[in-house]
Amino acid sequence: MSDWTAEENQLIEWLADMNEDEALPLARRMLLQDKADPMRVLGLCRAAMDIVGRRFEAGEYFLPELVLAGEMLDTIGAIAKPLIKAAGGGAAQTHGKVLIGTVHGDLHDIGKNIVSFMLDINGFEVRDIGVDVPVQTFIDEIKAFQPQVVGLSGFLTLAFDSMKETIDAFDGAGLRGAFKVMIGGGQIDETVRAYTGADAFGVNAVEAVGLCRRWMGVAA
Amino acid sequence: MPALDGGGGMNASTGPHAQTPAARAAYDARWARIMACVRLEQPDRMPVGLHSFFWPATYGGISYRELMYDYDKAKQVCLDAVLEFEPDGVFPLLMGTTVGRGLEKLEFKQLQWPGHGVGDMQPFQYLDREYMTADEYDDFLFDPTGFYLHQYLPRVAGAFEGFAKLPDFAGLHYFRLVHGIRPFALPEVRASFEKIVAAAEEMNVMFGHHLDWTQRIAAAGFPLFNGGNSIAPYDFIADYFRGATGMMKDLFRHKDKLKLVLDKAAVFLARMTIRNARAADHPIVFIPTHWAPDAFMSPKQFEEFWWPSFRRMLLELIDAGLVPMPMWESDCTKRLEVIKDIPPGTCIYWFERTDMVRAFEVLGDRVALRGNLSPSMLTTGTPDEVDAAVRHLVDQVWRKGGKLILDGAFGIPDETPVANVRAMFAAARKYAG
Repeated sequence: MSDWTAEENQLIEWLADMNEDEALPLARRMLLQDKADPMRVLGLCRAAMDIVGRRFEAGEYFLPELVLAGEMLDTIGAIAKPLIKAAGGGAAQTHGKVLIGTVHGDLHDIGKNIVSFMLDINGFEVRDIGVDVPVQTFIDEIKAFQPQVVGLSGFLTLAFDSMKETIDAFDGAGLRGAFKVMIGGGQIDETVRAYTGADAFGVNAVEAVGLCRRWMGVAA
Repeated sequence: MPALDGGGGMNASTGPHAQTPAARAAYDARWARIMACVRLEQPDRMPVGLHSFFWPATYGGISYRELMYDYDKAKQVCLDAVLEFEPDGVFPLLMGTTVGRGLEKLEFKQLQWPGHGVGDMQPFQYLDREYMTADEYDDFLFDPTGFYLHQYLPRVAGAFEGFAKLPDFAGLHYFRLVHGIRPFALPEVRASFEKIVAAAEEMNVMFGHHLDWTQRIAAAGFPLFNGGNSIAPYDFIADYFRGATGMMKDLFRHKDKLKLVLDKAAVFLARMTIRNARAADHPIVFIPTHWAPDAFMSPKQFEEFWWPSFRRMLLELIDAGLVPMPMWESDCTKRLEVIKDIPPGTCIYWFERTDMVRAFEVLGDRVALRGNLSPSMLTTGTPDEVDAAVRHLVDQVWRKGGKLILDGAFGIPDETPVANVRAMFAAARKYAG
């Protein structure tokens, strides 16, 4: 992205460097005083998140940076979205749809939330259906949302069986051919992937983004 | 301070239960095996621990809810498991699970448990929330006890809700004391005290059953692996006060106050841990760690925020004659060189997903090792796969001189087929004594 102004590059840098105290006032000024195009400001956020993602993959950034980045983007998004609406802007084009939820019996959501956020800021339309999601709810939501990828999350060992049961039910409902299934969570490994019949597993949010990109043919 | 040996005193007490000389000898041999590993000496065979939360219910064919509520059934299934598998050390199994009645009477809010938010065959689950806001760091730092009384306890347990109306104790002096005690007569404060007393009485009943069970297993020749437990200061604040995401943001937004709170917590957590270990007359302290893993923060953040207060606490426990047993959850491979910085022969490091062979290479001359059969393999694999995994650890760690205490990555996962646990214990005897 070489056509950013110096100030825009400054915002990208501050966001990517976790410099919240400088980034947020600048973004607020751009949106509210300078009347910058809100879509363009959100584009700056995405550019910053590309850097954050790369630093995460390189082992320079970890969960705290992802969480703070999420918080900064939420704040900027909350200012930008009403402006986009007021300007009659529509929803941005997305790479595709991902449905995500924590399987039944398991109430954990920290990892799932980070995956949802990372997918969202990487241009996927995410529907997060929460925790302790019954098999039938997954099926109903899939029929309504028509995702290309379904993400099953779980932290406890009981989630192994819940994931297997959920994926078996996708097969049983004749839905399975329409989307890929990825699983993730504290204890998830290749043994669990094979046990549940998922298409792939990921150990962190960036891997989840990578899987979705690959499956939807999005260039990294 | 004199070291607790854990081989005598209350921990070895058999109460009214008869102990044969053979059982006494077996008890002593098991305890000696564990302590030899701690001192980095060669035991006669590889010790095996028995640690779990809800697996005894799976084993004994009772519901998780029964394990939490039915003292007699819980004692029986936990006793049966010990007698069948003959571990060298046993987690105080009832303390970890059989607290349903106590939780209910306290109106405990931080967990959902069978019958209270989750089904009868589901384990309890912690509710990650912000139980202290970032604005409250100053209050906590100024007066942690006051913060507990007025804010924290009423938030985490309904029985304490009336405590929000208690006076500020600092400042109650002379006539201020006489005038200032009136809140104790408030109906909501009285109600809190009544609920707390009822919960305390319930926990006394529970503790009586716990003691009876420990005396039974001691009489049969089996020591408890650990008496008390504790927590790393960072995890204490992250899990029980700020919540996961709040804490991660604090690393950027409130780093100085966070460090002050961690320093303060390290002091009172160490005091509490030493007091409890002495009451239990047991030197080994189980310390599950939550936020140390490689993936959760950068090496720099780990060394700045997580490790210093924990190391200080470990050294205080060691000075008090205790044997800290941190369970390093998830993968802590990148932390090994840092966490090596403790006196040799004083700790047991239990690893969950860290490669045990690598841990042995880095820490073999420093600490006893515990673990770490994979949970996915234990729950979904076959007995042959369990056998092969035990053999791998024996060949690559134990036979090379590692002071390994075999166990699951975090004990026996709740759903593990009994055949796989049998395979684990049988393989330990087959390959390492």
